[in-house]
Amino acid sequence: MGKVMTVEEVVGRLESGMTIGIGGWGSRRKPMALVRGLLRAPLRDLTIVSYGGPDVGMLCAAGKVRRVVAPFVTLDSIPLEPHFRRARQNGAVEFTEYDEGMFMFGLLAAAHRLPFLPTRAGLGSDVMRVNLHLRTVRSPYGDGEELVAVPALTLDAALVHLNRADRRGNAQYLGPDPYLDDLYVKAAASAYVSCERLVDTADLLKEGPVQSLLVSRSMVTGVVEAPGGAGFTACEPDYGRDEEAQRRYAETPWEEYVRGEQG
Amino acid sequence: MSRADVCVVACAEAFRGDGEILAAGIGGAVTVLGARLARLTFEPDLLTSDGVCLLTGDVPALGEAPEVVEGWLPFRDHLWLVLNGRRHVMLGASQIDRHGNTNISCIGDWDRPRAQLLGVRGAPGNTRCDPTSYWIPRHSPRVFVPKVDMVSGVGTDRGAHGLRRVVTDLAVLDLGGPGGTMRLVSAHPGVSVEEVVAATGFELDVPADVPETRTPTAGELRLLDEVLDPRGLRHREVPEPRAGGNGAAGGAA
Repeated sequence: MGKVMTVEEVVGRLESGMTIGIGGWGSRRKPMALVRGLLRAPLRDLTIVSYGGPDVGMLCAAGKVRRVVAPFVTLDSIPLEPHFRRARQNGAVEFTEYDEGMFMFGLLAAAHRLPFLPTRAGLGSDVMRVNLHLRTVRSPYGDGEELVAVPALTLDAALVHLNRADRRGNAQYLGPDPYLDDLYVKAAASAYVSCERLVDTADLLKEGPVQSLLVSRSMVTGVVEAPGGAGFTACEPDYGRDEEAQRRYAETPWEEYVRGEQG
Repeated sequence: MSRADVCVVACAEAFRGDGEILAAGIGGAVTVLGARLARLTFEPDLLTSDGVCLLTGDVPALGEAPEVVEGWLPFRDHLWLVLNGRRHVMLGASQIDRHGNTNISCIGDWDRPRAQLLGVRGAPGNTRCDPTSYWIPRHSPRVFVPKVDMVSGVGTDRGAHGLRRVVTDLAVLDLGGPGGTMRLVSAHPGVSVEEVVAATGFELDVPADVPETRTPTAGELRLLDEVLDPRGLRHREVPEPRAGGNGAAGGAA
């Protein structure tokens, strides 16, 4: 069955207060067409789970976010995300700050429908101090080691952007790094994939090996064809980061930037 | 020989004896050059990356793509490798205390920071699971503080796996002082012990005899100038000190 949707149809299925995971990493292969759809929608109080980039910054600037769950928020070539910084410094958003590896284990736990996964990452750091919900667990085996029990990062919805997909939701990355996009999809009750280009299923392997088929249709609720849909973030090999557009985003006051986008 | 050359060699020395593990420089010029220089000289089994997700079979110049690729290390495998421990990373820090606790998350009260920085990134796991060193390009009391605002990387008093050394633009330090506190190992040529102490915002363990940081060999300088950094990007990260002293001599072109 076809699952092709518009950005508006995807956003129309989301609700205020939801926990939404956003794929990519920093300013790389972020589903920006879907994020811009969220900006236009009357949604509020979202919890955004992300290896954060301009997705987090824009949603914070637009007042859509109650809580950010992230190990960092960065634009990569511009280290500090200006809108996320402002939101934090103004006390406008709550923050669940995890180590990068803890965060991955949270997604892995959710993807495997486990309540938590244990790890050493985070022990001894102030991540344990500022996240009052975190608990540790003691190994039941002879070592008796105490470990962080990273709670599952279960998502109401996942938004990811890949290079190619078919109409049923099988999706493919063609760049050098899959990031954690498959985990977001598996951790979510419903997952929406935008792609640079919709192709016939029979054509998926024309551009990449079978290992590049990162997301299975069994995990996907909707597919959106959105050429340039990761811009201005990088979407290799289709395009690199648009550094000029990113600089404009970072340096322009938000209201003025939004007017410029609409104009 | 420039101050930047001394810093690169001091970073390379951090990886001495590491063998067949990933030497990860956290970015910029100096840490990456340190890892690559170590691999090209005294630590040939090290693995180094292109800064993105390729393990390089050769050792290219800064900013150049490798001609030979020997492995793939996407972020998920990088996070796995951190937990596995076969990796020595050279991190940066906005604040560091005398036990080597570091902060890259935010300045001020975490609940509502005066300045939000990156977030803890991978620092908690890196420092708990892997050998870790630090590169601090501006040694000052603003960075070397009595207490960091948000412990991102853990120090010797919070279960660090192993903090090897802290390289700055002035000196090399380690955590070999009493109770795992910071100790001055060597001062760079042209830098006095007093200068290092004054730039450190906590009590530093200073041995009676503080040697000068090892200077680059002719072969190391040739590798830096001709192979690894012909564009001299390291000199932008570590400007040559202006006032007096031996450190001001030499070609920081």
